[in-house]
Amino acid sequence: MILQGKKILKQYRHNGGVINALDQVSFTVQKGDFVTVTGPSGSGKSTLLLALFGLIRLTSGNIIFDGKRIDNISDRKLTDIRKKSVGYILQSFALIPYLTTIQNVMIPLALEKILHKEQVKRASEILDYIGLSDRMDHLPRELSAGQQQRVAIARSIIHRPQIIMADEPTGNLDPTLSLEILEFLKKINQENKITIMMVTHSPVAAGYGTMKLHLNEGKIIGS
Amino acid sequence: MTISKLVLIELWKRKSQLITGLLAVTLGIAVIVAIQSVSIVSEQNVARNLDNLGANILVLPQAASIDDYYTSDIDAPTLPMDYVERILTSTIAGVDNMSPKLTRRIKVGDQSVVLTGILPKSEIASKPLWQSSGLLGTELKTACASSTSANQSHGMEDKRLQRKAIDTLYSEDCFAGSQVAKRLKLSSNSQINIMGKEFKVVKILPETGTVDDDRIFANLRDVQKLLKIENQVSAIEIMGCCNAISEGLLGQLRNILPDTRVTTIGQIVSTQIETNQLMKKVTLVMLIIIFFVGGISIGNYIWANVNERKREIGILRMMGAERSTIYKMFLLKALILGIAGGILGFLLGTLAGVILGPFLAGIAVKPVYIYLVWSVLLSVAISLSGSLIPTYLAAKFDPHSNLQED
Ligand SMILES: Nc1ncnc2c1ncn2[C@@H]1O[C@H](COP(=O)(O)OP(=O)(O)OP(=O)(O)O)[C@@H](O)[C@H]1O
Ligand SMILES: [Mg+2]
Repeated sequence: MILQGKKILKQYRHNGGVINALDQVSFTVQKGDFVTVTGPSGSGKSTLLLALFGLIRLTSGNIIFDGKRIDNISDRKLTDIRKKSVGYILQSFALIPYLTTIQNVMIPLALEKILHKEQVKRASEILDYIGLSDRMDHLPRELSAGQQQRVAIARSIIHRPQIIMADEPTGNLDPTLSLEILEFLKKINQENKITIMMVTHSPVAAGYGTMKLHLNEGKIIGS
Repeated sequence: MTISKLVLIELWKRKSQLITGLLAVTLGIAVIVAIQSVSIVSEQNVARNLDNLGANILVLPQAASIDDYYTSDIDAPTLPMDYVERILTSTIAGVDNMSPKLTRRIKVGDQSVVLTGILPKSEIASKPLWQSSGLLGTELKTACASSTSANQSHGMEDKRLQRKAIDTLYSEDCFAGSQVAKRLKLSSNSQINIMGKEFKVVKILPETGTVDDDRIFANLRDVQKLLKIENQVSAIEIMGCCNAISEGLLGQLRNILPDTRVTTIGQIVSTQIETNQLMKKVTLVMLIIIFFVGGISIGNYIWANVNERKREIGILRMMGAERSTIYKMFLLKALILGIAGGILGFLLGTLAGVILGPFLAGIAVKPVYIYLVWSVLLSVAISLSGSLIPTYLAAKFDPHSNLQED
């Protein structure tokens, strides 16, 4: 078991009312799982993904990661866990616009203060692995959508995280590119034993899941 | 990749925005540096005036400005040449030596120089009156020499007053100050055409660090003719016996020279000291203003930058950047801005001082390199204090709410 949620509740106050974005969500993810999270729009998928490592604070409930409770620890410690053990991929790629491909990919290593030589070595290897070694000095706007998302994937795995959190990684891509990205994720999951938790709308993407969570109005209604 | 490198790349990629961010601080510092560079020279001049006096009484037309001893005669109104005669024929005792001058700023080729006409000692001495009143040199000099303590009490450090009086200067000869000589490439015995008349340079004067270095001295009569200001002078420098000064020489001179200002160098120097003190106050006010205006303007720039980069901050926080990393990012940027603003401000201010100094204050201004250190320190202090609040707010941003927006 790598990640476990127990009775997670996330409430938003809005115009005097209360929205239960996550309502008593409980689940267990094993190491090496490829988890897909599906559900209609507004069902709480993104909220769940971001809440698990402290990007959104819970109203109540427990989260256990790698054997330790992380829902009640300090912001600093959560930041440190994200830095060392989690990789994020978002629908909008979330690349830093003024950095080149290789610079973007090296950011997680920069945050860990890894030596420049080592950074370049690892970044080049990974860009090679995802087939972007000929685009190393391009800025994000000089890359196609699919290439940008591959840069984001490279960035999410360069620091060898234990888990990758992906929020609709293929949401902005056409079906062919989507398949390419999904295959990459599958490869990363299988070859490197990195656990993946992926939010998706697409049934094709959901098909990649070895474990499936389905949300509706903040509740888990199937797994 | 490091966070510092990221800051530099961002700064470089958006360098056009820098200019607006830097403008206020740079200009503010430039103004202060310019004022200070000019007033430091003027302060040095005060000290030099005290040390290195040519004369201790100055007779100027009533309307002349006496802000600065060395420039008070330039382009000043004039008084009649007869006044020289009047002093000579009077019964006033204690006038040791005298030098009437006429000064105008003119152009030689495309260079601006100060042309000063002087009456050499030999010409004054040739006047029977001058001789008979015993005004020529040595005897009277010794007469004054006993009163060195009195000289010092008038603010003159030098034990023996140096006499700048020039003994001989024939018509069509001239002396050139060291700066003029340099600019016009003059040397001894070279020829120079001043307002259509050929002069022979008989001597290059040693450097004094004052506007005198920019002067060409020629015979007063030539200068009066050239400038078509016959029988007028702009100032009469008088070497008075110090005892006589304390015994009311100034008052006596005023009585016989209507519509003039008769001042001692001490008075002029103190006016100059007052001007310098005023400049110090102006600088202090400027300092306070640029601290606020500069700080707010840089703070505003950083705040705009923070807002523009909200999403980037969110992404970095998502990837595990600490709040302190966000602080570091923006404060480092502010630091770099501060250093750049300080250097630019120093360069602009020094340039302004060097170019405008001679025009506005009539003095040659040199770069004061220690101001570079102060400029940078000041600019960095302004920049960092202005950026503290925006940076604090940037680090406090909730990472997630800034991730989604695109
Ligand atoms: N900051 C907020 N304030 C108030 N309500 C919010 C806030 N963020 C999210 N919500 C609400 O929480 C619910 C879950 O939102 P969430 O973004 O997790 O949905 P989602 O399943 O990811 O939807 P989508 O598939 O459209 O991305 C929604 O009803 C949304 O309106
Ligand atoms: Mg979502």
